[in-house]
Amino acid sequence: METSADIQNRLRNLFESQKLAVVATQTGGQPYTSLVAFVAADDLRHIYFVTARTTRKFSNLTSDSRVAVLVNSSINQESDFHDAISITVTGNAEEIKGSERQPILELYLAKHPYLEDFARSPSCALIRVAARSYYMVRNFQNVMEFHIDR
Amino acid sequence: MNWILAPEHIREQDGQRVGGKGYALALLARGGFTVPKSLCVTCEAYQAYVSQTGLRERILLELNRKAFKDMRWEEIWDCATRIRNMFLRKPIPSDIAALLKDAIDATFKGKAVVVRSSAPEEDEAASSFAGLHESYLNVQGTDAILKHIAKVWASLWSDAALLYRQEIGLDVQKSAMAVVIQEIIVGDKSGVAFSQSPNDTSQGVIESVYGLNQGLVDGAVEPDRWILDRRRKAIISHMPAERKHRVIALESGVRLDALPQQLSKVPPLNTQEARHVFELALKAEDYFKSPQDVEWTFRQKDLVVLQSRPITTLSPQQVDDGRSWYLSLHRSFENLKEMRHKIENELIPAMIAAGEKMAQKDLSELSDRDLASEINHRWEINQKWTNIYWEQFIPYAHGIRLFGQVYNDAIQPEDPYEFIDLLTRTEMASLQRNQMLADLADRIRNMPSLEKALRSGQTEDIDPQFSASVDRFVEKFGDLTCAVTGGTQCQQDSQALYQILLEMAAHPSPEMIRRESTDKAALQEKFLSSFQGEQKKTAVELLDLARSSYQLRDDDNIYLGRIEAQLLAAVREASQRIDAYHHRGSNRKIDAELIEAVKSLDHRPPFQPPYQQKSGDGFMIQARQLIGQPAGPGLAKGPARVIQRTADLAEFKYGEILICDAVDPNMTFVVPLAAGVVERRGGMLIHGAIIAREYGLPCVTGIPDATRLIQNGDEVTVDGYLGIVTIGSSEL
Repeated sequence: METSADIQNRLRNLFESQKLAVVATQTGGQPYTSLVAFVAADDLRHIYFVTARTTRKFSNLTSDSRVAVLVNSSINQESDFHDAISITVTGNAEEIKGSERQPILELYLAKHPYLEDFARSPSCALIRVAARSYYMVRNFQNVMEFHIDR
Repeated sequence: MNWILAPEHIREQDGQRVGGKGYALALLARGGFTVPKSLCVTCEAYQAYVSQTGLRERILLELNRKAFKDMRWEEIWDCATRIRNMFLRKPIPSDIAALLKDAIDATFKGKAVVVRSSAPEEDEAASSFAGLHESYLNVQGTDAILKHIAKVWASLWSDAALLYRQEIGLDVQKSAMAVVIQEIIVGDKSGVAFSQSPNDTSQGVIESVYGLNQGLVDGAVEPDRWILDRRRKAIISHMPAERKHRVIALESGVRLDALPQQLSKVPPLNTQEARHVFELALKAEDYFKSPQDVEWTFRQKDLVVLQSRPITTLSPQQVDDGRSWYLSLHRSFENLKEMRHKIENELIPAMIAAGEKMAQKDLSELSDRDLASEINHRWEINQKWTNIYWEQFIPYAHGIRLFGQVYNDAIQPEDPYEFIDLLTRTEMASLQRNQMLADLADRIRNMPSLEKALRSGQTEDIDPQFSASVDRFVEKFGDLTCAVTGGTQCQQDSQALYQILLEMAAHPSPEMIRRESTDKAALQEKFLSSFQGEQKKTAVELLDLARSSYQLRDDDNIYLGRIEAQLLAAVREASQRIDAYHHRGSNRKIDAELIEAVKSLDHRPPFQPPYQQKSGDGFMIQARQLIGQPAGPGLAKGPARVIQRTADLAEFKYGEILICDAVDPNMTFVVPLAAGVVERRGGMLIHGAIIAREYGLPCVTGIPDATRLIQNGDEVTVDGYLGIVTIGSSEL
């Protein structure tokens, strides 16, 4: 059986290999999904992304911090059905402000250096998703859950 | 793999890695030609640099903000400026630098060099990038050389290079750049030689100047020219130049200098030397097996080849793919100084005088026929100055651009438009005008009876002193609601102006961004202190020129507006006469010529209907977030006021977002009321952006179809940092 360390490594590898994630927010019960460039903390407790403050997703997560984030390794081929790994993260999102911001921004830009102008713009917010649970789907329908003690 | 190669290590299969120039130099060295000592930094070093620093994708993000064909040249210049600044601010990572340093140290220790571009696509017979990418002369020290390598890399993305690559259909994604580092040869006389003339295959051509070749290549120094017979290797004719200048090497960099008197009388080459140069060109042709364009220099008696590239056998007309036009985008400092002299000493005074002369004429005393010919005459004057505006004033804006580039090179600021802060708060005519408006609004604020009279439209109750001030204002700046171009759409009275003044009076007057003068002084000091000696003198001159260029960018329109106001005054006089005849029962019949003169002027631009949201097939289309160019930092939200025609300006309310096709300076008086500015026309140096920056307002330019996709009253958010406009509610 896989150990917790094995599984954490799998998550880490997937997060490192993927640049984009889908973030789901909601308003008035209407779900809304968006594509974002993300980076995950090494301890897997947080996922970070940047959004402009004028967007729907920012507006949604400001009024309801509950979000879901999907990261997956599909390559738009038939083989994805048996081969791709998909991870859904649920948790709460909030904007990072103050002195915490700079080190996280550096982490983010190390993965996405081309987003420098965007990420540093005062009109953009750096968002932290505090992960509560991970749902990992493999081999088409094998699903394992991982919950984080908070 | 080795990323820095000496000529003797460059093999045939390296052509693409070292670029056209690098490869030709290697072949020349191998063929026994006298060439300067050189090294070639291969394209792989460029690729590694843009990959590691993230610049590759940043450049593509920048270039794909919108379709290239939809970008105005000004926007492409802005794009290129931002990209160039990215290169300036991203040092070459230490692992890449380490791979280059040793070879540079070993080859050029203590020697000055030239750092030249050598793009793989350059110098091929079908496309000539000659002159479009940059070269840096007289660079010393390994660190300085590395910095200049990054600058040469950046020039792959200059406005001219971008446009040219687009024109000839090269894929920007595949662009890469090799760099040649070459020992500088401080020649006494230099030039180019065409082994075969593009105009006559039996002839060759030599051009030569005193000093370094730079002056000839960038057009600052006029060359002597020789035509030679290819078969007899004899001179057919010599066209002497008016020899005034030469480019000389300084401790670092180069300078255009006056040519000593005794040299100006003597051609740079004697007959024997000209023949010697021509033989060299023929030898290169023989060696490369195609006609060559050879750049050479004489170091005392030694004739040195700086570079050689193929020339096509086509005539210049056939190869004119517009490259010369792209090159002409960049004006030299000398050229700009001449323009300034003419504009400041001749054109502007003449323009003011023309306006004043017309203003002195009492139109009411003219007969109908005389008024008709006065209208035609004024139309011609207006036309003449409009043409001068396009031909002389617009190109002078290059003064701002040249300064911007020099400033960014010296300072490498975070904001590539920081340089504008050194140019603003000069006494622009539009700011004087806005100050007069603010004063008028102030009087309304302090005089309730005046406000009441203006609101009720009881013109007879308006304070006569106030009326007189308004008249003085209109006389000086024209009626605000008349457009600069194509406008006979003026209001018959000052009602529109009153509305704007009332709106201003009802709200606190906006503060112009008061950049502390000490800040500006510090900025200026920071800029100037990066230069020494001769270069500092040039930097001071350039700053002065840029300020004048910046100021003219606005003032010229105000002066042009005054000329147009005189045309409109004559039209208004005619309209009143015609109106009196038709509607007020005047018996006086109007001369047909006058009616014709007024009619012929009426050519309003067609009204563009708002974008059709309902397509008829059940889908509703709505723009949510539009990308343009960031032109004034800041974030603002407010209701949209879409300006379709000049008269719409009168409706402008405090706190609205100004949405327009193009702000012309005569429209900028509503800017102090606005919370933000959005413009279809793109660029950082357009009037809307300049005036928004003065008032510290967020501004986005270059939004295609802005006035059609955004409706009056839409809630709009302007993100002037990223150049985004969001339509609909947002969390701000």
